[in-house]
Parts: sequence; C-alpha cells; structure tokens
Amino acid sequence: MIDDVRKTYGDLRAVDGVSFGVGTGEFFGILGPNGAGKTTTLEIIEGLRSPDSGSVSLLGRSPWPRNRELLPRIGVQLQASAFFERLTAREQIRTFASLYGVGTTSGDAWLARVGLDDKGDTQTSKLSGGQLQRLSIACALVHEPEVVFLDEPTAGLDPQARRNLWDLLSSLNDDGRTVVLTTHYMDEAEMLCDRVAIMDKGSILELDSPTALIRALDAAVRISIAPNVLALADARQVDGVDAASADDSSLTMTTRDPAAVMSDLARRGALTGLQVRGATLEDVFLTRTGREYRA
Amino acid sequence: MSAFRSLSVAILKGYLRDKQAVFFTVFFPLMFLVLFGGIFSDQSQSKLELTQVGNVSLIDQMPQATRDAFDDAFEVTKVDDVQDALDRVRDGDSAVAVEQRGKEIVVHYSDADRVQSSVAQGTLQSFVQTANMAATGMVPMFTYTSERVEDESLQTIQFVTPGLLGWAIATSATFGAAATLVGWRSTKLLRRLRLAPVSTRSLVVARIGVTVLIAMVQMVIFVGLAVALFGLELAGSWWMAVPLLVCGTLSFMALGLLAGAVSNTVEGATSLANIFVLPMAFLSGSFFPLDGAPRWLDVVSHTLPLRYLNDGMLDVMVRGKGPEAALIPIAILLGFATVVLLIASRFFSWETD
Ligand SMILES: Nc1ncnc2c1ncn2[C@@H]1O[C@H](COP(=O)(O)OP(=O)(O)OP(=O)(O)O)[C@@H](O)[C@H]1O
Ligand SMILES: [Mg+2]
Repeated sequence: MIDDVRKTYGDLRAVDGVSFGVGTGEFFGILGPNGAGKTTTLEIIEGLRSPDSGSVSLLGRSPWPRNRELLPRIGVQLQASAFFERLTAREQIRTFASLYGVGTTSGDAWLARVGLDDKGDTQTSKLSGGQLQRLSIACALVHEPEVVFLDEPTAGLDPQARRNLWDLLSSLNDDGRTVVLTTHYMDEAEMLCDRVAIMDKGSILELDSPTALIRALDAAVRISIAPNVLALADARQVDGVDAASADDSSLTMTTRDPAAVMSDLARRGALTGLQVRGATLEDVFLTRTGREYRA
Repeated sequence: MSAFRSLSVAILKGYLRDKQAVFFTVFFPLMFLVLFGGIFSDQSQSKLELTQVGNVSLIDQMPQATRDAFDDAFEVTKVDDVQDALDRVRDGDSAVAVEQRGKEIVVHYSDADRVQSSVAQGTLQSFVQTANMAATGMVPMFTYTSERVEDESLQTIQFVTPGLLGWAIATSATFGAAATLVGWRSTKLLRRLRLAPVSTRSLVVARIGVTVLIAMVQMVIFVGLAVALFGLELAGSWWMAVPLLVCGTLSFMALGLLAGAVSNTVEGATSLANIFVLPMAFLSGSFFPLDGAPRWLDVVSHTLPLRYLNDGMLDVMVRGKGPEAALIPIAILLGFATVVLLIASRFFSWETD
C-alpha cells in the first residue's frame, strides 16, 4: 500500500521512510507514542498531505492530488472530530450521508449502531468526548466504505468506554472491510489488530501480528507475590527464576519457565497475592527502543 | 437530498441557531432603522413653534387657503400674557412669539437658535406681505411655489433605509464568510470535507447562496418594515436593488474571506471583520448622509464598496433614477470582489498551521 514514504517539516523528519502494505479485510494498527508520526502517515495515505518522497497506492490508485473517485470508497475519522456548527447528531450524520449520496436511513442506522439514537436531537457541542468519537466514527462509515481510517478512535475515553468502543470497532471488518487504526494503547492494538506496526520517531520498528511480535521477543514471564511472603534472597533461589526484585507492594520474579517457579512457590507455601503477567506489546517497545513505553 | 442542498441547509441552520449572529446581522440594524425612522422621520416636515399673544388678526382672520399653509408651517400655541410668551421663546420652547400692537405685528425672537428664528421670521414676513397684498385687492404679478427636486415624499426614512440595509448586509456577509472559513478550518471540518466527494465549487456556491438568501430576507424585512411603519416610498426601479445587493454580498464575503484567510482564530477573524465593517459603514453614509461631508471624506469613501452599494440603492430605491443607474455600482462591486478574492487566495491555506 505505501512504500518508502518520507515527510519532513523543516528539520523534523515526521515520517522517515515508512513502507507497509495492508490486505483487503485486514484490521491494521499503527501503534506509537505522541509525535511518532502516526497521524502524518495516515494523512498521507488518505490524500490530505503529499509525501516529500515515496509512493502511496490506495485501492490501486494514487490518493494525491485529491481523487474524487477514490473518496467514496474510503471513510475517515480525523484525530479531532470535525462537525458542522450547531447541528444535532442526527443532522450531522444525515448531512454527511448526503455528501456521499446515501440516504438518511443509512445515517439513522449508523447512529443506532454506535448507540447514539437517544442523543440524535442533541447538538454536537453538548455531546461528551466519547459520544463525539462514536458519532465521528459513524460519520466515517455511513457510506459503507471499503477502507476506513480511524485516527485514535478511543483517545480521551475512560477505560469502560474504551472497552465498549472495542466491541464496535472489532465488528467493523466483519463484512470484509479493511480497517486502519492508530492508537496509543498497547492493549488496544493487541486486542483489535490482525497486524500492528510499532512506530516511533517517524519509522516503523516492528510489523507483525501482536502474538508473533510477543513470541519473537522470547520475553520473560513476570510472577509476583505479596511482598513479605518470601525473602528476596530466597526468591532468587526458587527453581527457574532468572531474576527477582522487590518493592513496597510486591515481590516480582522473572522467568522463562513459569511452571517450575509456580510449583516451587507452591511447595514453599508462598502463593499469597499471586499474579502472572505474560509479555505484552509494551515489552516489545521496551526491548526495541530501550525506553519505557509512555503513551 | 443532494450534497449541495444538504450543505446549504447545514450552513443555514448553523446561522439561524447562532442567536448572536442573527441579532447582530438582523435585529441590531433593525433597531437603528426603528430609531432613525421613529425619531427623525418627522423632522423634515417638523413645524416651527409659534406663540401667539392674545388676538392677532393677521393669523385669526386668514382666508382658509392661507390658513392651511400657515398651519403647515407653524405649530401655534396661544397665551394671554406677553411675559409668558417671551419666556417660551427664551427657553427655546418656541421659535418666535407674535403679538399685535394696533396695525403693527411684533415678532419676538431669540438669538439662541438663529436658524429657527430667522426661518420663522422670514416665513411670517411672507404671510404679512400676502395679507397686505390681499388688502390692496391687487392681483399679484408673480406667485411663488417651491418644489423639491426629489420625490416629494423624500424624508429621513428614505435616506436611512438603503444605508442601514447596506450596513446590515455588509455585516452579515463579512462576518459570515470570515467565521465560516476560520471556524471550519480550525475544527478541521474543511479537511474532513476535502475527504468527502464534494466539489469545492458546491461548497463555495452553497456558502454564497446562503449568504445571498440571508441578504434577501434582510432586504424584505427592512424595506417591509420601513414601508409599513415609517411610510417609505419606493421609486420605480427599486427592484434593481436586488442585483445590487447580490453583488454587494459578494464584495463583503470577499472581504470576510480575506479576514478569515489572514487570521487563525475565529476571534481574530471577527475582530478584523469589525475593523473593516464599522468604519466603512460610517464613511459610506450608512448612518448619516454624506452630502455635506468634506472633500477628503468623500474621496476616502469612494474607495469603499459599501459607498457604491449605498449610492446605488439610494439612486434606484428612492431617488427615482432609472435601472441603469445601478450598473456602474454593480460593476465596481464585482471588480472589488474579484480583486479582494485574488488577494485572499494568496493568504489562504486549508489548515491553521
Ligand atoms: N503541520 C505540521 N507542521 C509541522 N510539524 C508537524 C505538523 N504536523 C505534525 N508535525 C510534527 O510531526 C511529528 C509527527 O506528528 P504526528 O501528528 O504524525 O504524530 P502522531 O503520532 O499522530 O502523534 P499523536 O499520538 O500525538 O497524535 C510531530 O513531532 C509533530 O510535531
Ligand atoms: Mg496523531
């Protein structure tokens, strides 16, 4: 889909040689911290910006300059919700529907699908952040596009609202639609995406399915127990433990053989407050950049 | 609904629900119309106050025809005491006081308001002459009739309606264009619309269409109210005001686009629009006629589009000129719109950054 795309703003290399392809029907994620270049990459693919170099092909065509034949086939949710002033939610989506030449029924159906039919008569200035995000997703989808781009659809939502939105998002590619989404959240990418590109400072660090990325890490499993059940020195002696550390709230052991550790801990009767955490995309980020992941 | 129509509807609803915009573009100028129309409408026909002391045969025994003319000119108050009458003149309640001493008509006046008192004296003198003439039984050799050049009904309302309408339209078109451009750009709606399959042309035409529609509604309200309440009388080719207003709207939208193109925030754009519009309205004779204005002001005001719109509307709506009187203002307004649009497009960008 895109090949060796670069974009600089002055001295800043916002997108620095990014290449990837997305298959039809795939759920593709771009994951990265603030300023990684996710939005810029997305906007170049959508045709809002021209790349300084490199080529982009969207559904077999070039999105730049503005290609009005391509536009009905793609749907876009921008990072900031963009609405008409002083219209209600229903009027917004119906207006967008007619811009794409689809009827009002489709607008109303999408409003219901994102759970906003009871807010249909509320002006958008009076909707909450989560409601606005959902409306803006609905507006991106009213014309049933083949490819949909969502720029941080869950930004600014509380954990509960994020999880609710995940249900909606994961259903988007049920009928063969291609979804490209950016996110700050590791768990979100793990949960939703078929493949994830981890992006930092304008380039892609890793690109694979979340499970493959984690497996390739061969990362240690972390097992933690309540702090005063076991002395730190003893913990280092537990079968299979590579390293151990303690803080006020827990004692954590890392291991590549969790089964051995667990049975030894059971023998020592030290299972109080047990928690087991496998490697996550965060660990992938950590190993690749040497930096802790901070969204 | 077609994309074009639904865009227009969305823009129109956005405007109608913006109470502040509706107030400042429609009701605020209307308040001025009511103010000017109500306060000053009878100024041109206002009568001179005259205080009559006791009996004055010149006035009391006038033939009916003369008496009617006299009543048109003077508002007579009768008092019995000379002192009262003099007080009224001194206080400015009366332009003159008239008393008869035998065959002598004595007029008391104050120098405080020389214009009023001299007009009153002159007028009174002419009535004395007429009475003398009648007393001699001579047929006068000359008679005197004065006629105004303009439509006889020309009053304050005739002047202020086109001017205030011009101001109202300048306000709504300039602010509408500026706020839409900056607002849509800063909320990223403009970018969102670039990703929808609508042509830039339908976007622009929808915005212009709505503004022109608003201008037409403003015209109907203004002229309707002025005709119904304040006796505005429209001259024959008033309908030429319609194309004038359309072209005026284009000019002012171009100004608004320029304001929107050079500023990044809605506040910035609207204050810039204010800096354009309000002085322009003053200098273009929207609030007072420029007939007696100094030469430099006249020159300055002829660089402003509103001046041409106001003049054009005055010509066709009240001065009774033919439809062709609007053609030059229309050409100038269109030229202005084109030039300003070209300048604005040099500053224009799709995004705020
Ligand atoms: N229009 C612009 N002009 C100059 N610099 C820009 C512009 N847009 C983005 N940048 C810079 O490019 C870099 C990448 O920005 P981008 O918006 O693509 O990041 P992002 O990954 O989407 O970040 P976020 O998670 O905060 O949305 C940032 O350092 C940003 O400051
Ligand atoms: Mg972004």
